[in-house]
This record gives sequence, structure tokens and C-alpha cells, in this order.
Amino acid sequence: MANRYFDEIWGNSRGRKPRPGFESIARWIRETPRRELRRRQDSAETAFRQLGITFNVYGDEDEAERIIPFDIIPRVFTADEWSKLSDGLEQRVTALNMFLEDVYGDRKILNDGIVPADLILCNPGFTPLVNGHRPPHGIYAHICGIDMVRTGPDEFLVLEDNARTPSGVSYMLENREAMLRLCPELFETFEVEPVDGYPDALGEMMQAVAPEGASGDPCCVLLTPGHFNSAFYEHSFLADNIGIELVEAADLVVDDDIVWMRTIEGRKRVDVIYRRIDDDFLDPLVFRPDSMLGVPGLMAAYFAGNVTLINAPGGGIADDKAIYSYMPEIVKYYSGQDAKLPNVETWRCREADALKYTLDNLAELVVKKVDGSGGYGMLVGPTSTTEEIEEFRAALKANPDGYIAQPTLALSTVPTLTEKGIKGRHVDFRPFCLSDGKGVTTIPGGLTRVALREGSLVVNSSQGGGTKDSLVLRPESEQPEAKD
Amino acid sequence: MLARTASYLYWIGRYMERAEFTARLIEATLRLDALSARPAGEAAWASALSVAAAREDFEKTGESITPTNVANFLTFSKDNPNSIYNCLYTARMNARAVRTALTREGWESINRAWLAIDGRSSVGSAQGTINLLEALIAESRGFEGALHRMLRQESHYFLMLGESIERADNTARLIDVKYHIILPEGEEVGGMVDRDQWGTILQTVSANTAFRWLYRDGLSPRRVVEMLILRRELPRSIAATVDEVASLLSELGKLTGYQGEADRLARLRQQRINATGIREIITGGLHQYLQAFIEENRLLSQAITRQFRFD
Repeated sequence: MANRYFDEIWGNSRGRKPRPGFESIARWIRETPRRELRRRQDSAETAFRQLGITFNVYGDEDEAERIIPFDIIPRVFTADEWSKLSDGLEQRVTALNMFLEDVYGDRKILNDGIVPADLILCNPGFTPLVNGHRPPHGIYAHICGIDMVRTGPDEFLVLEDNARTPSGVSYMLENREAMLRLCPELFETFEVEPVDGYPDALGEMMQAVAPEGASGDPCCVLLTPGHFNSAFYEHSFLADNIGIELVEAADLVVDDDIVWMRTIEGRKRVDVIYRRIDDDFLDPLVFRPDSMLGVPGLMAAYFAGNVTLINAPGGGIADDKAIYSYMPEIVKYYSGQDAKLPNVETWRCREADALKYTLDNLAELVVKKVDGSGGYGMLVGPTSTTEEIEEFRAALKANPDGYIAQPTLALSTVPTLTEKGIKGRHVDFRPFCLSDGKGVTTIPGGLTRVALREGSLVVNSSQGGGTKDSLVLRPESEQPEAKD
Repeated sequence: MLARTASYLYWIGRYMERAEFTARLIEATLRLDALSARPAGEAAWASALSVAAAREDFEKTGESITPTNVANFLTFSKDNPNSIYNCLYTARMNARAVRTALTREGWESINRAWLAIDGRSSVGSAQGTINLLEALIAESRGFEGALHRMLRQESHYFLMLGESIERADNTARLIDVKYHIILPEGEEVGGMVDRDQWGTILQTVSANTAFRWLYRDGLSPRRVVEMLILRRELPRSIAATVDEVASLLSELGKLTGYQGEADRLARLRQQRINATGIREIITGGLHQYLQAFIEENRLLSQAITRQFRFD
């Protein structure tokens, strides 16, 4: 694999010449004193700590609350890059929702042999319980976080689809707040698309997907597992900014298939629940009986059509990495067009040839569990020891169905403030897409995660990753013209 | 508003107030210890423990009553449910859970107070103690300020309600303990040590100057008691907190359209304190009066819990 990576600012010029359109951001990086950048970055992190924008790392008792490191140098998308990306996202998210409605409905795509039926029906992510039940407005994945990587000027690839409960959107918003405060000159130099419309867009979507029988002013709530959850800050941040109640399971009660919340004035009927609890824990009566986080009877209310769950239960099937590998076919099947955003080449280890290839090339590949997330349970061949590789080989042989393999990608880099000055560090990107049954809205921005360790390709916050603001530039033509 | 949110807010109010009160109590006791003609010593620190309702818990530790031991116990001890550390821990946990009902600055002041104490384990030198306590008091002033800048809606009223109920309890216990203080042998009531102790009490409720304004003619126990119980001009007096609780409940009633047992109890005790004079209190027994008030306050808190469905 080449040691040279595509840099989002410098291209392949190794810091000599910025890519067209990136001259002024390059100048800003070059001309702002390092010490000043460092001071601003420290100030942002202090502010995050004071705000309590923290996350918990499982199994790390001493540091129960950590902030995710923030890098002061933003990542920038030109208007043109963004417009291609958002077209592709709209196509993909629309297809994802049609796919989910289909596999839990008529199963046309299985009957037509596009995706193997056993891959869906025998998949742990498939939820027979919701089979045949159409959610309000036919939407499963109201909120999608699509993980993207980039390997060249025009090479944007989808790495993962998150159709369950994608997190991270609060960082998109708080990082921007910090940048506006600490680097105001950047926003004078560039016309940047705002991201602060996200909470309103989310609130409007929630209203729009309320059950048909709900009142004109549906009652929407955000259901959190509680304040010990690693993403609790985000839950409270979103509820606050949308202007809805943040509820825990104990605040909700289901009576006669209707969901109520307990208030100081008695019960109030709930129509829409943005739940940040996994399917398994949602309702102890039908899923895990030991769940303390769930609301008994919630699924009965859902089946009775009395409440909308965002995202709808069962959507996890779309996050499965083996099904991911069929996404180009899935997109084509529902949209009639080729997928605008390509997948990363993927070997499904459930297929004999692919398994052999994977086993023969473990040292060069990235191997992932089909149902894994958070950077856990994966092998990055080139940076692993022989023992780690052999350990993984055994696991893979024991359960080939449980894995997929991908080439180790030359992820793009973005200049990042490190101990040794400004260096390129690998990044990925998670934009957030909202679907309300009428269309897909993608807020111009997202979460850029950066692998802070030199050479590392793993950007997950649980594995030492940080975040950056992601600026989307406005199209030139829309920039306000000088008055005459 | 969610019943759980209301309950958490109420307890944030109570714990923040308790933390500040305890900080002031330690500060005042240190001062008493340092400034007295004769070291106030063990008696002062023992009484601080009683005021903070921490005497029994302290005795369980088996430690001797020294300034450092008591200050540490009241400030940091995890075994003392009312230590500043535990108050701030619980207040912050509750605040985290109901972030949406707090303003950003309200949350930040609680979080900063917590960050100031978290990770420290000993008060260290007297100066170190004073620095820490001053920082904590400053943060609770910040919280108080944030509280007053909140929108006048349920969340504001529940926080204030918790604060007022707690303040009533604290002031009553502070006066009551004075009743128990055994003066060192040979000291007279009204003598030097006694005066210092009353001065300490005034300092704990930050009412030194207030006293001079209200009473031009010198410190006397009777006047201090009168001011702390009956003078509405003093925000921490029992009468002022009684008024405040009644009016907060009635504001909540206006917002929610519900009134109940808590309103009835609050108005009843308001009428009673209106009709009471200092002579009556002293004649009937100050200790008995305060004990009855503390119990009444506890019952009122329970009625609030029921009325707003906290459980």
C-alpha cells in the first residue's frame, strides 16, 4: 500500500500546494501561530468540560467521564463536493427505507433474488416480531448516520450505514459553536452553510411522522436510557434544543395500548418517541425481559398504531455489514439508478471464495464482525501483530458467516494539531440524514472523526479518536454580492 | 413537567443550599476558632457537627474532634451523607439527569462547584480550607444568580422551593444548636465566648451587617434569635423562608391549576408565624419551638412530594 495519502487540503502535493479552492484555508493554517491554535483548542476543551459534553468509556471506571478530544483545524467541503455527497446520501437513505419496508412487507427484493433470503431471514438483525407491520408513514430509519471515508479527490465511499440510533450529532453542533467563538475570522473569510437548523429539522420531522390519529399538536419526547449512558449529554442536548421532554422509562406508562408520561399534573398522552434505546431493551414484555431501561407494553402501543417510534424497531438489519455489501444492488433495485455513492469493496466470508481470499490475505485486510460497531471486534491487518492475526484467523474459521473483509483503505488525511506541530491525520465523516416520508434532509455538515495517533486508521472515540468541525462552503453564486 | 424532573429540581435546590450552608458553617467555625480570645476548640467544632446533623456519623468514624478532622468530615467525607462533597455529587447527578430543565449557566455553576471539590481529599492548611470554601461559596452564589435569571416557570419554582425548604431547616438547626452549646466553665451567658458564638451564627447566615442595620444597640442573644426567626427583611430568617415557600407554592398552583395539602400546610404555618412574637417563643422554650418547626418543615416537604407526584 502506498504511504502517500490523499490530503483534503494539500491533495497529493505533500503540503506544497493546496488543492484548488482550498488556498485560503491553507493560508489560515499556515499563518495562524501554532501557539494561538493550541490556546484556542485548550479553551474549546475547557468549555466542553464545563458544559459536561462528556462520554463514558465502558470498562474504564476511573475515567467515567471523558471529553472527546477536539481538533481546532476544521475539515472543509466545497459546495460542489457537498452537492454530490448529499445527492448520493438522499438516494441511499431513500433506498434504505424502501428496503426496510420491503423486507418487513412484501419481500419483493428477496423474491426477485437480489439479496439472498436466508441472509435476511436468518439474520440476528432481522426482527420477525415487526414483520408485516407497517410503521406510520412507512418510515423505518427516520434518522440515518452514514459513515463515509474518502480516498481521493472524487472518491467518497460509504463505510457503514447506521439506521438504528446513530449518535454524534451534538458534536456537529457544539463543535461549530466552539469554532464560531474561537475562530471567527474563518467565518468572515468563508461563507459556511449553517448547521444549527438541525434541531428544528428534527423536531419538524418528529411532528410530521406522528401517527395519523394523533392530535394536531402531537406530543413528542426523547427516551433516554438515563444519565449514566455514554451518549446522555447528546440526549439532553437534543431534547433541550428541540424543546421536548427528555424521558426515562420510569416516566412512561402504557395503559390500554396508549403511551402516557407522568407529569406533576397527572398523565399526558405521548404520540412520538425518539428513542435512544436499542430494540433489545425497548420493551421487556417482548424483547429482553431483564431490561430495566424499557417500557412494558410499548410495542403493543406501537402495533396498535398509537405511537411512532424513531427509528422504527427492526431497522438494525440495514446496519448488518453483510447486507451492506449488497447496497449497490439494493440502491439500484429501488431507485432504478446506479448508486451514486459507492461501497468499499467487501468480501463476504460466508461465501467460500471470499473466505479463502480473506484467510490468504489477512495481513493486508480489515476484517469486521457483521454486527459489530464502535471499532470493537475488528482486525486491521497491516497494524496487527502476528498473534492478533492468528487469533482472528481462528475466530473467522469458526464462524465465517459472522465476518466480512475489506481492503485497508488509504483514508484521506486532514491537517491536525499534534504534539509535533500540524500533521496529517486520517479522518472519516458521518453526515446525518432525516426522512419524514416526503423527502430526505441532510444538514450541510456532520461529524468528522480523526484518528489522533500517527498512522492510525481507527477513528472511534472509544479508541482514541477526536473530532473536528466540518465546514460546508456555500456555492459561489449564492454568496452575497457587493453592493454598488 | 415530568414528575421526576420536578423531584430532581427540588432536590438540586435542597442540596445546593445545604452545600453552601455547610461551607459557611465551616468557614465561620474556623473564624471563631482563630479569633476567639480563648480558643473555642472542641466545643465549636462539636457544635458545627450538630448543626450539620453529622454528629452521629462522625462518632462512627472513631476520630477525635479536631479542626482538621471535622472540617474534612463536613467537606469531603463520603460517609457523611450531608458532606459538601456528597451534596454536590447528588446535586450534579440530578442536574445531569434534568439538564433540559436547567439553564446552561445553572448547570455550569453546579458543575464548576463539583469540579472544584472532586479529586481533592483533604482540606490541608487552614488557608487552603478557606480558599476552597470561598470558591465553593462563590459557585453557589453563581448558582443562585443563575436561578434568579431563569424563566419564571415550573423549573424555576421547584428549584426555589427546594432551596427555601432547605434554608428554613438550616436556619432553625443553626439557632437550635446554640441552645445546646455548653459554655466553657466560668464563662457567663453574654460574656466574651458567648458573644463570639453568636457572631459566628450571624456569619454563617451572612447576616453580620444586616444585624447592625436592624439593631443599632449591640449584640444580644435575644435580638439575634428574633432576627433569625421573625425578621422578614433577612432573606434567611425562618419567617422569610416561610413566606417564600407559601408564595412559590401559590405560583406553582397558578401554573398547574392544582393546589393541595402542601399549600394548606404552608399557609397555616405562615399564619402561625405572623401571630408569634419573640417573647412567646422564649417563654414557650426556644428549643421546643425550633424542634416543632423542623418537624413541621419535614411534613411540608413530604406533602410537596405527594402533591407533585415525585414518587
